[in-house]
Amino acid sequence: MAQDLQVKQWASACANCHGTNGRAEGTAVSLAGQPADELIKKMAAFKSGERQATIMHQIAKGYTDAQIAAMAAFFAAQK
Amino acid sequence: MKRRQFIHSVGAGAGLTALGLSAGCATVGGSKGKVVVIGGGFSGATAAKYIRMWSEGAIDVTLVEPNPAFVSCPISNLVLGGVKQMADITTSYDNLKGRHGIQMVRDTVVAVDAKKRTVTLAGGSTLAYDRLIVSPGIDFMYDKIPGLNNADAQSKVMHAWKAGPQTATLRKQLEAMPDGGVFAMSVPLGPYRCPPGPYERACQIAGYFKREKPRSKVVLFDANKDVVSKGKLFKKAWADHYNGYIDYRPNHKVIDVDVQTKTLKFDFNDDMKADVLNVIPEMRAGTIARTAGLTTLDNRWCEVDFLTFESVAQKNVHVLGDSIQGAPGMPKSGHMANQHGKTCAAAVVAMMTGQEVPSSPVYANTCYSFVTADEVVHVASVHSYNVEKKTMLTVQGSGGLTPEANKLEGVYAMNWAHNIWADMLS
Repeated sequence: MAQDLQVKQWASACANCHGTNGRAEGTAVSLAGQPADELIKKMAAFKSGERQATIMHQIAKGYTDAQIAAMAAFFAAQK
Repeated sequence: MKRRQFIHSVGAGAGLTALGLSAGCATVGGSKGKVVVIGGGFSGATAAKYIRMWSEGAIDVTLVEPNPAFVSCPISNLVLGGVKQMADITTSYDNLKGRHGIQMVRDTVVAVDAKKRTVTLAGGSTLAYDRLIVSPGIDFMYDKIPGLNNADAQSKVMHAWKAGPQTATLRKQLEAMPDGGVFAMSVPLGPYRCPPGPYERACQIAGYFKREKPRSKVVLFDANKDVVSKGKLFKKAWADHYNGYIDYRPNHKVIDVDVQTKTLKFDFNDDMKADVLNVIPEMRAGTIARTAGLTTLDNRWCEVDFLTFESVAQKNVHVLGDSIQGAPGMPKSGHMANQHGKTCAAAVVAMMTGQEVPSSPVYANTCYSFVTADEVVHVASVHSYNVEKKTMLTVQGSGGLTPEANKLEGVYAMNWAHNIWADMLS
């Protein structure tokens, strides 16, 4: 359970741009329901600089691979 | 169990009285206790909503907020520039009640009794809590500017650093100012709410002058020795777009204001008379934080435990948002306040439902500034809890600035605004 709240806290940090529980307003990208392996791949690409971005490459570098995997699983589970 | 009840029912409806008759946990819909939140801004409203969401309704939440609707400081500089309207930055509190079952009380907390665990409202009634969340934002240190230290002066010279009627009034003053006029604004010494905000404001008002009053200018008096945030990006915008419209003067600390003659007085420099004044005084934690004995740092800011946001001075009392003494590199921003709200919510839910408090919080700060009507620059950072230092530290290698102002981030900035407003209020 504690693990749950920790992962929820991590994932909730994305809500400011990607919506509560990953359901975005406007033209922002929704994370809810995206397959976990795709989210992990995207974040790895931002982190390595392989994928260009305005801001995500700077934010991705702040997270460990384990944190990204846990958050990806959280968003994948949101319908 | 008394803690969960409104002990005085003055102004409370019949439903609350009925709740007050309930005897124990099991009889109040499995309630795990009661949280009172003071202030419905970026941190308080977010904490209220997330406590309801993450406790699946098991924790009762009451939000005390004097304003009828939320008005956002982020994007309010665009209202001053005439690019957006007040309606664009105003959001109702209705969903917090309707969708999340938060009890909304439109009032102001005037006293906290941390021993009895009650708060007293200006309206006279008292609310009991198991845990209290204090998120009143900032108040201004008018005692440092004698000429503004009265209600009449404050009704004439705007800070517009809490969005709302002040924003609308300053916009009207700018509209009434004849072409060829001088708009003078002052930036206080840090720490203050929204480090890049004054420089964005200068851009937006200069943009308005350029479009509609081209003989007018902005004089920006900064008590700091240089632009506090995104300095190179703002200076480039001033050179590229507002040459002749913005006169930036660092090391100018306002020490008094003559409201009658609209004159700013400085510690070392000559007086400056202008047509419209915008004085942003130095800031401290919101008054109730001070009254409640939470301003442990210089009687100005509130020190907290960064795992729970519990005050170092009072048990069961949490402080969020701009009222706290931030961790290193943590700005006083709406984005950061929203993150405080969620981190605190996770801790409060854990403590009140018998779970372990999350021990590794991580969150980001993203701050967009509009340098023109549609071009934006950002600064971002990621912050992670450090066990040895017991504080949040910036993750090495994370974050950074926009290389160059651009329109794509103008779209992202509005997406940010709509998503963060929805995250706290929808």
